[in-house]
Formats: sequence, structure tokens, C-alpha cells
Amino acid sequence: MSMTFLNIEFLVASAVGLLTAAGIYLILRRRTFPVILGLSLLTYGVNIFLFASGRLMVNAPPILNKYAEVPYTDPLPQALVLTAIVISFGMTAVVVMIALAAYLSARDDKIDMPHHPEDEGEDA
Amino acid sequence: MNHFLIAPVVLPALVAPFIIMVVRHHMDLTRIFSLASTVLLLAISLVLAAQASTGEVQVYELGNWSAPFGIVLVLDRLSAMMVLLTSVLALIINLYVIGSGWDKRGANFHALFQFQLMGIIGAFLTGDAFNLFVFFEVLLIASYGLMIHSGGTRRFQAGVQYVVYNLLGSTLFLFALGTLYSVTGTLNMADLAVRVAEIPAEDTALLRVGAVMLLLVFAIKAAVIPLHFWLPASYANAPLPVAALFAIMTKVGAYAILRMYTLVFGPDLGTTEGLAGAWLMPAALVTLMIGAIGILGSYRIGRLVAFGAITSMGTLLTAIALFSPESVAAALYYTLHSTLAAAFLFLVADLISERQGIEITAQRLMPQSGLIAVLFFTGAIAMAGMPPLSGFLGKLLVLDAARDHGMVWWIWGTILIGSLITILGMARAGSLLFWKSHSIPVAPSAETSQQPYEEEANEQDDTAERSAPAALPFVACFALLSGLILLTIFAGPASHYAEATAAQLFAPEIYIEAVLGKVTP
Repeated sequence: MSMTFLNIEFLVASAVGLLTAAGIYLILRRRTFPVILGLSLLTYGVNIFLFASGRLMVNAPPILNKYAEVPYTDPLPQALVLTAIVISFGMTAVVVMIALAAYLSARDDKIDMPHHPEDEGEDA
Repeated sequence: MNHFLIAPVVLPALVAPFIIMVVRHHMDLTRIFSLASTVLLLAISLVLAAQASTGEVQVYELGNWSAPFGIVLVLDRLSAMMVLLTSVLALIINLYVIGSGWDKRGANFHALFQFQLMGIIGAFLTGDAFNLFVFFEVLLIASYGLMIHSGGTRRFQAGVQYVVYNLLGSTLFLFALGTLYSVTGTLNMADLAVRVAEIPAEDTALLRVGAVMLLLVFAIKAAVIPLHFWLPASYANAPLPVAALFAIMTKVGAYAILRMYTLVFGPDLGTTEGLAGAWLMPAALVTLMIGAIGILGSYRIGRLVAFGAITSMGTLLTAIALFSPESVAAALYYTLHSTLAAAFLFLVADLISERQGIEITAQRLMPQSGLIAVLFFTGAIAMAGMPPLSGFLGKLLVLDAARDHGMVWWIWGTILIGSLITILGMARAGSLLFWKSHSIPVAPSAETSQQPYEEEANEQDDTAERSAPAALPFVACFALLSGLILLTIFAGPASHYAEATAAQLFAPEIYIEAVLGKVTP
């Protein structure tokens, strides 16, 4: 691995850090849209983090070679990331739909619930 | 290999898509298939519980991949007990939902219900940490659908909060799993236990971070203070029979804590010694207190029971945080009790809110007021842990297990004062709902609620015309009540089973050997 400042570890670590920081900032907002964006950024951050959990290798396939001693990278985190991507994608779609329903029905996309709502005719 | 072991996961996983794709438009067929599947599930879990009660740990290797490489399902006493509890609860709630007609008020209730069961049971059976994450997601995504079933502004708004909170929890879960994998190179729970024990103490900084993050994730699921904020709003605004099913979901968090912190980060492990107990105990005691105060302060029936569920999670986690075989046995008995009791009160709350709305106020007398009052009263006794029901025995076991602990006075004080506040809160709600309403004149008032108003004389017809088999909701309620009574009468055998389960949990070698097929070093 090269000793330059911009090596792969530095890049991946800062990507995880930046995405997570931005995600946490956004999920603390008061409206659903930034919160959902923040959740997406967080899931990107965690996906990269998961990918790095099998150690970072450059130019190595995730396959064992039985003919020669060549470097290989851990395939399991890639499978984990794939699962995590699918799940987070589906979940984001669900939360967008629920948030849309809440917005269209309340005409307001605040994430807080009103404490003493006037409209209560929904629990029939 | 015993293929029976995967049946409780596969059965709902097959029935749910069948219901969506084939019988979606026929309500009766949907109900028949859903109910039949739930009955079959109960039969399967009875057989599994009988098999597990011999003390043998059974392993099912998916795709016949052996243990650390493939995913395994593991059936021990704890899993079998939780699966049985889930399927009993599922059958009763299914009856209630059909009886009260809740399943007609929105689309695809039964399919989501089956998917939810698949996720919960899978989470109880899996022996792989990443697979636990996947089953968590299955149960959560089904619960998102159930939570907003039949719609409504408040329900959608609460749904957004619920989904966002749980997505954050899932993200944290992935961070924790990534951390654990990067240190140990495995996610199989038994293999994790072996590898974690082998790591020298000075190299465990990352491991400890992973262990704490995992604890936080499970604490979110179990609604431990300060991670409980999702629970009151979402349970109170979900359809109340769905909230009754959710009573088992918080127990999934407690189960995961119990599993991971006895097997992987066991009490004897030097690196994380006392970690779970030291953090969990104060949090659990505060949870208990906040729950009790919440009961006292609730002005809506759903919130009242939701805070009751938080209180019982506080008691349960107090017992778990002691991490001794006696306390875990007490926790397991209390799990059985508190799941049934919380579900029972949620169903009674639904009976009440169907008749007079969700506010705890004195209104004119509701139909079947006397019967519902008796049910509410019994449920309140069970929830508060007063004799003669099983809550009393459960709390007594917890108190007894705490006797040698350093914080014994804190624990006894909190549990007893919490119970007192719970009793006060329940009594306040009950007297407002059932006694004060006698003093309100029967003459029709100007402001009518959503429910059609009938004279007292026609009260039977009133419910009969609104939901065809009006007896079924009461049958479901009495089934849960008789579950509580059975748990009280057979407290001896139940607590013996719980003790044997706790003994099995505190001998993780059996589990590890069953999964990995070798003796641990």
C-alpha cells in the first residue's frame, strides 16, 4: 500500500465518516424529507463500512484460486452489503410512501405529532 | 437433520404470498387460510417445544452448509418457548381480528400478519447474527404495514416516526455487525462465542464497541429508556389488536439481549464483563418508573396500555440485567406473563375504544359495560402484578432473585413503588371509564361520538349489527385471560421449565457444541 496521504483507507474512512455525520445532521431535522435523505445517507455510510469490515484490498478478486497463491478479498462482506442494500432500498421506499400518506392526509410534513390534535375522527 | 425445525418459518412464508396472490379478493378464504396457518403453527410449535424440553439443542443447517459457513437455525428451550408463546398469541389475536372485523378495514391484513409471524419466529430460531438482522427487517417491514393498517392522519404520522426510528436502529445494527465481523471474522453466534473468548484482552477495544452498539440496538427493540420514544406513540396509534401482537415484538429485543449476552458476551467473559448488567440495570429501573408514571398520566386508553407494556419491559429487563440463573428464570416466567397480560389489555382497550372512542373520560354507559369492566379489572390486576394472577408470582420471582444483588433496595423499591403507581393509574382509568359513566344520564347528548348510539336495552343488537360474530372478540379475550390463569395454576411446571431454560442458557457449551460439532477449547 502506498504511503501517500490519499490512500484507500483514508478515502473510505472519510467517506463513512462524512456520510454518517451528514446523515445524523439530517435526521435531526424537523421535516420528513430531510430526515429521509439523512436515513439514505446513513445507509450509504453503513454499506461502505460493512464493505470495509472484510479489510480493504486493491485489485484482488473475491475468489479463491486453487492453482496459484494470489491475493483475494473476503467475499462475505460483499454478500452482506448486497443484502443490506436491498433491505435499505426497500425500507426507504416504504418510509417515503408512509411519509407521503402522512403529508397528504395532514397537509404538513413535520415529523413531530401535534400534542392536542383537533381531528380525532380516524379511530373508528 | 430435523426438517421440522424450519417449518414454523416456512409455513407463514408460504401462506402469506398465497393469500396475496390467490385469495386476496375473498375475505372468507383469506380468513380461513390465515386461521388455518396459525392453528398449524401452534401445533408445530407445540411439537417443537416438546422436542426442546428434553434439553437437547437441535440445529438445522440451511442448504446443508455446515455451521460457521452456512446459516443455522437452532432450537433450544428458550427458542422453543418463545416460538410457542408467539404462536399462542398469534392464534388468539387472529381470532380477535376476525371477530372484530379489523381485518376488513384495510388491505392485506392477513398476509402482513403472516409475514410478521415469519419474522418473529425466524428471529427466535436463528443462530446467525446477520440472519437475526434479516429476520428483524422481515418482522419490521410487516409491522410497518400493520401499524398503518386502515389509515388515518395520526396513524400515518405515528407510522413515520416508528419507521424512521426503526430504520435508525437497523443502521446501528449493521454498524455493530460490521464491527464484530471485522474483529472476529464470523457472524455465526456459536462461532462468535468461541472467537470472542480467544481474543486477548488488550485487543478488544473494537469488540467492546461492537458489544455496546449491539446492546443499544436491542435496547431500542426492547424500548429501554432512553430509547423508548418510539413505543407509546406507535402502539397507541396502531390498530389496538395489532399493538397486542406487537407485545411480543419488544420481547424479541429482550430475547436478543438474553441470547447474545449469555452466549457470545457471557457473564464470565473478561473483556465485556458486567457490561450489559451495569448499563442495563439502571436503565431498566428508570424504564419501569417512567412506564408507571406514564400509566398515571395517560389520557388515552391506547397510551395507557402502551406505558403498561413499557413498565413490564422494565421489570423484565431488571431481571435479565441481574444475569444470574435464578433471575433469568424469573425473567422467562415474567416474559410469558407480561406478553399475555399486555396483549390482553390491548384487546380490552380495543373493546373499549370501539365502543366509546380512545379518550379516558366518563361518557355514557357503553354496551357490555359490565363484562368489559371485569375484563379491564382483571387485566389491570395482571399488569400491575397483584395477586392472584401470574404477574404477582412473576414479580415475586424477580424480587426474590434480586436478593443478593448490590442494588437490592433500589430494585425492590422501584418494582414495588412502580407497581403501586401502576395500580393507581389503572384504578383511575377504570373508575373514569366504568364508574363515572354510571352518573351520566342516559338521555342522548348533543355531542355524539363516532359510534352509533343505541338505547341500553338494545345494546346486544347494537354490537351484533356492527360486527357479525360479536362473541369472537370476547372469546379471544377470555382465551388470553385463561392463559394467564393457567400460568398461575401451573406456575410450578412453568417455572421449572424456565429454570431448566436458564440453566441451559448459562451452559453455552451445549449450544456451541451442537452448532459447531466440537468441544470448545
